[in-house]
Amino acid sequence: MPKPKRAVALISGGLDSMLAAKVIMDQGVEVEGVNFFTGFCVEGHTHAIREKQRKKPKRNNALWVAEQLGIRLHIVDVIEEYKDVLLNPKHGYGANMNPCLDCKVFMVGKAASLLHGRDGADDNFMTDHDFDFIITGEVIGQRPKSQRRATMPIIASESGADDRLLRPLCAKLLPPTLPEREGWVERDALYDFHGRNRKPQMALAESLGFEDWAQPAGGCCFLTDAQYSNKLVDLWEARGSREYELDDVMLLKVGRHLRPAPHFKLIIGREEGENRYLEGYRNTFIALHATSHNGPLCLVDGSPTADDLALAARILARYSQGRDAAEVTVGVDRPDGTSEALRVAPFSPSEIESGWHVGA
Amino acid sequence: MSELESLDARGLLCPLPVIRTQERVRRLPSGATLEVEATDAGTLEDIPAWCRVHGHRLLSSESVEKETGGGIVYRFRIQICGD
Ligand code: SF4
Repeated sequence: MPKPKRAVALISGGLDSMLAAKVIMDQGVEVEGVNFFTGFCVEGHTHAIREKQRKKPKRNNALWVAEQLGIRLHIVDVIEEYKDVLLNPKHGYGANMNPCLDCKVFMVGKAASLLHGRDGADDNFMTDHDFDFIITGEVIGQRPKSQRRATMPIIASESGADDRLLRPLCAKLLPPTLPEREGWVERDALYDFHGRNRKPQMALAESLGFEDWAQPAGGCCFLTDAQYSNKLVDLWEARGSREYELDDVMLLKVGRHLRPAPHFKLIIGREEGENRYLEGYRNTFIALHATSHNGPLCLVDGSPTADDLALAARILARYSQGRDAAEVTVGVDRPDGTSEALRVAPFSPSEIESGWHVGA
Repeated sequence: MSELESLDARGLLCPLPVIRTQERVRRLPSGATLEVEATDAGTLEDIPAWCRVHGHRLLSSESVEKETGGGIVYRFRIQICGD
């Protein structure tokens, strides 16, 4: 018996990539999954931070999918490499700061480095470079910008995967790829899904015996979110540089962000989980919290003056339980260990200018 | 030989604890035991799931109250199996 062919599947945790992998596994191909962590993935973090979401069963969808399929899954940290994708997308951005087409090229390209006989793969990522082809859950016409008929060959060629990139869910609408021409997979048993209608995927899921899958409400990537994108652009503008670290982009996912002036911004926890998360940044940021009343933690990003901190304290007091009190005492803790107490009158809601809210 | 290796993934949010575990496990021989400490409650699901998916053995998982600052540390022991 010939050695079974091996495919590496891009697993997002959503339904389409799960179906694509299953369809190919059912043709006798050995499949392993990869999932890339860019730092902007909704997966995990927000769920981990926000108390509300913590009540729901929390799982890593990509791992969960792998378990359903019975395949290995390699979750890969691409935070550093992804910066160039986000900052310099050759094909530009989608509706928000999402560089989807470049992102796909990048991810398929990473997977292509695992193909049989290729070098240059980084060993940090996976030692096994013995795959014959790559599969994705892409569907033509599903996303207006990045999943169109015209973008399919761009992703294949720019990633270097060429005709070793197979999209099982829409393969019949595309020219036959190497796995199909070589008979590693049967083209007739692939699909011709297109457009935004999800019914064919649901029907296929049912026929394959899947009863449950992740349907992330806001998608699985913060870069497609308008508010998040606004906060990211605000951060870049305020700093005069588009450099970022993981902590920067993580903090944009947490709390309410208010920028009363260009040179400083407040990050105020919205609930316990967020406050706890923000606590971890006390050694990097000035931290404010009400001491006379219960209330959230507030980090100050930037270079505030003493007057700015007094203003910040009044804003914070408005979000504390002392919002109706005449005076609230606010502790100001600096990363160097020094602290002071400010006694301030809380702002009324109308005194908080709507333009201060970043992202809204 | 089975030495106890340890990995500090405290303060990291999912999926980073899983990623760091995976990176470390890849450099360990079969039979070795790795102890992972994390603070993200998501690891309670994700580390066992990752072990199942890769065929490693989860020897134990426990939750320990932190002495200072409140919160909980989750401690996992993983025995590396297979290649
Ligand atoms: S939504 Fe985010 S992860 Fe998905 S392709 Fe676009 S940029 Fe990449």
